[in-house]
Amino acid sequence: MSAEYDTATTLDVKGASCPMPVVKTKAAVDDLAEGEVLEVLATDAGSVSDIDGWAAATDGVRLLEQVEGDDVFKHYVEKTA
Amino acid sequence: MSADTEATDGEDDALQARVAELEARLAELEAGTATDGSKMTIVATKGTFDMAYPPLILASTAAAFGWDVVVFHTFWGLDILHEEKSSDLKLSAVGNPNMPVPNALAALPGMDRVATAMMEKRIDDNGTATVEELIEVSVDQGVELQACQMTIDLLDYDEDDFYDEVTVGVGAATALQHMAESDVQLLV
Repeated sequence: MSAEYDTATTLDVKGASCPMPVVKTKAAVDDLAEGEVLEVLATDAGSVSDIDGWAAATDGVRLLEQVEGDDVFKHYVEKTA
Repeated sequence: MSADTEATDGEDDALQARVAELEARLAELEAGTATDGSKMTIVATKGTFDMAYPPLILASTAAAFGWDVVVFHTFWGLDILHEEKSSDLKLSAVGNPNMPVPNALAALPGMDRVATAMMEKRIDDNGTATVEELIEVSVDQGVELQACQMTIDLLDYDEDDFYDEVTVGVGAATALQHMAESDVQLLV
C-alpha cells in the first residue's frame, strides 16, 4: 500500500547507511514548519527501526507511516511542534 | 425531580473533571517517551580507523535526538580530531583474528595500509560515511568535541593541529563534570 501525504519535502538518503538516514532526517525536519510532512527515501534496512526509535524519543515529531517497498523504505515524518 | 437533576449534573461535572485529569496524565506519559534534553558523554581513547566510528556515530545520532553531547578525546582518540591524521587513520589486522589475514602476514611492512584500504573500500561500497563526514555532521548538530590537553602535550601535538571546532585546554575534571550530569556515559 502506498501512503498519500501532502509532503512538503522529500529527503533522498538512498545508498547512505547508519547514522546518516536519522541524522539527515533530523536536519530536514528542522527546516520544516509545524504541521508539514517530510518524506524520507532510504535503502538502509536499519532505517525502519532507527527512524521509528528516533521519532519516539524526540519531541516535536511524529512518525506517520513507514512503507517497505522492494528496494526503498519510505518514511513519513510530521513536524508537530 | 429537581434534586435528582442536580445530583446528575454534579456527577457529570465530576466525571468530566476526571476525564480531563486522565487525558492530561496520558499526555504527560506520552511526552515522557521523549528523551530531548538528555546528556551524553563519550570518552574516545582509540585512534584506529575502525574505532573512530562508534563514538562519532553515537554522538551524531544522539545530537539528532536533541541530546547535549560531549566527546572527550584522549590518547590515540586525539587522532580522530587531528586535521591531517583524521583522514589517514589506519587499521591493523595484527591481533584481529576476525580479519582474513594471518597474523604472521599481517605483521609485514605495508600490511596495515592493505588492511586499511580493504576496510575503506567496504565502507565506501556500503554507503557508510567517512570519518570527516561524521565529524562535520556532529559539529553541525552541536556535538562538542573536546581534546584532552594532557595528552595533546604528551603526544607532542599542537593545539592548532585540530579542527577549528575542537575545544582544547580541557582535562579530566571537565570530562567528569559533564559525565556527572550525563544520562549516558561511554568509554570507547
